[in-house]
Amino acid sequence: MKILAYLETLDGALKKTAFETITAAQNLAKQSGGSVVGLVIGSADVAPAGAYGLADCLVAKHALLEKQSASAFAETVAQAAKAENADVVVLPASSTGKEIAPRLAVKLEAGLAPDTVAHEIVGGELIVARPVYAGKARLKVKITTAKKVVTIRPNVFTAKKVDAPATTATRDFAPSLSDNHVKATVSSVSRNAGKLDVAEADIIVSGGRGLKGPENFHLVESLAGTLGAAVGASRAVVDAGWRPHGEQVGQTGKTVSPTLYIAAGISGAIQHLAGMSSSKVIVAINKDKDAPIFQIADYGIVGDAFEVLPKLTEKVKVMVGK
Amino acid sequence: MNILVGISQVPDTTTKIVVGADNKSIDSKGVKYIMNPYDEFALEEALRLKEKNGGTVTAVTVGGDGAKDVLRTALALQVDKAILIKSDSSDSFVIASSLAAVAQEIKPDVVLFGRQSIDYDSFQVAPMVAEILDMPSVTITSKLEISGTSLSAERDIEGGKETISASLPAVISAQKGLNEPRYPKLPDIMKAKSKPIEERAASAAASRSEVVSIELPAAKGKGKVFGDSEADISELVKLLHEEAKVI
Repeated sequence: MKILAYLETLDGALKKTAFETITAAQNLAKQSGGSVVGLVIGSADVAPAGAYGLADCLVAKHALLEKQSASAFAETVAQAAKAENADVVVLPASSTGKEIAPRLAVKLEAGLAPDTVAHEIVGGELIVARPVYAGKARLKVKITTAKKVVTIRPNVFTAKKVDAPATTATRDFAPSLSDNHVKATVSSVSRNAGKLDVAEADIIVSGGRGLKGPENFHLVESLAGTLGAAVGASRAVVDAGWRPHGEQVGQTGKTVSPTLYIAAGISGAIQHLAGMSSSKVIVAINKDKDAPIFQIADYGIVGDAFEVLPKLTEKVKVMVGK
Repeated sequence: MNILVGISQVPDTTTKIVVGADNKSIDSKGVKYIMNPYDEFALEEALRLKEKNGGTVTAVTVGGDGAKDVLRTALALQVDKAILIKSDSSDSFVIASSLAAVAQEIKPDVVLFGRQSIDYDSFQVAPMVAEILDMPSVTITSKLEISGTSLSAERDIEGGKETISASLPAVISAQKGLNEPRYPKLPDIMKAKSKPIEERAASAAASRSEVVSIELPAAKGKGKVFGDSEADISELVKLLHEEAKVI
């Protein structure tokens, strides 16, 4: 199968999800005996992709792409997929990827598998696995169309450097676009300076009602700062207005899969567990030894999060040398 | 203003999922079904747009007869019309095509959805419907302002917000925070029971995916649990470094 990997960039550099997308695409190419071509939109330094084995990359350029319109991006990816005769397009399940992929699937008359965590090719057919019910169950789906669009969940397909790095050759790609392809445009972007998002973070430290009040969240922030982690929150404290909804982890917040998830003062309601149980290592701190969070924790401390967090932060500081 | 709002029925967030006998669906026995939480924000926004601009609100859902419950809730909240598209498909293209067909019939200025349904979590339907209808879309919208035929919306992105501009007609998917949904009043709930619900057949579009199986995640082995003494916390940090290798 020919695989087209849509690589996300930010400020002219490939994002972390781009390397994950390359790795997922390489896996598919290897399983099906095919090849991978990358695609970036706008100028970007794609040289770092070589270490992950990407030898061939399209660079799409058009004045209308500067408006950052998801519909124009989707049209560009669709034209590239047709030009390259790609069987599968792989994109990250990011805020942009989630806007492009459904439009792309309609344009290519392709089946779409969103937010996947595993891909296998069985008898020439693509079967994907993805979490449903916020991770309470796992669905395996076969894509039954000739052309396929797949988005991958961030942090799951760990980017792998290859033994024999490639030199990424670039080819300019000029899509044919008109004003009608630009349906909605980004007029401004504001970033929470210095704050990591739970959806992208390798490490998350989350706080719950056990913190007793919003004024005590500095204990969570301090441990998160020491670890270079994002701050998360349970639904209870978001509903109570202690923390913004953007930090909420769970079925009605964000579903996350970090390397390390530390839950402080969170008892582990089923809707919270659903959102974080696929984390690689889970640490629970709770004063109730029977709290459900301990059932899925790899490591637990039975104690008051309020008292444990400062001690833990001190010891982690020593460990990481800060 | 002509407003179409898509709503869906999902298992309550406290539901413990049990796999059904066919290994391809969940066992619905004992499951409490609710309106998808994000759809409440979409429905509220539809009602507010009507209050401000006049017009009609049509609520539509895709599902079996059981899904009429969410349409009754919408009728109790004073939507003008309710449509059930009868289908048991979980294929998002079939669902999006069916919804788009209703939109083509009623020609809305604004189409609203929740950002995702919390069962299949696919985030696909809103942009797919927009693409089929050749309309702009804004997903994960936390703020929406419409003046005349132009809209300005804020959407959540990783670590920040984007401001998006587009023209009507447009498809919007709602994020928590867009508004504060109202509750239906008891007399209106009673009245809604006798209001009509129109039925439509699903799109004849071919399904593009096929469920192979649904399974529960593998159970985790018992973790290591410590007390809260200095020594215990030191041991935990050591294990995170040496055994789990995560810090």
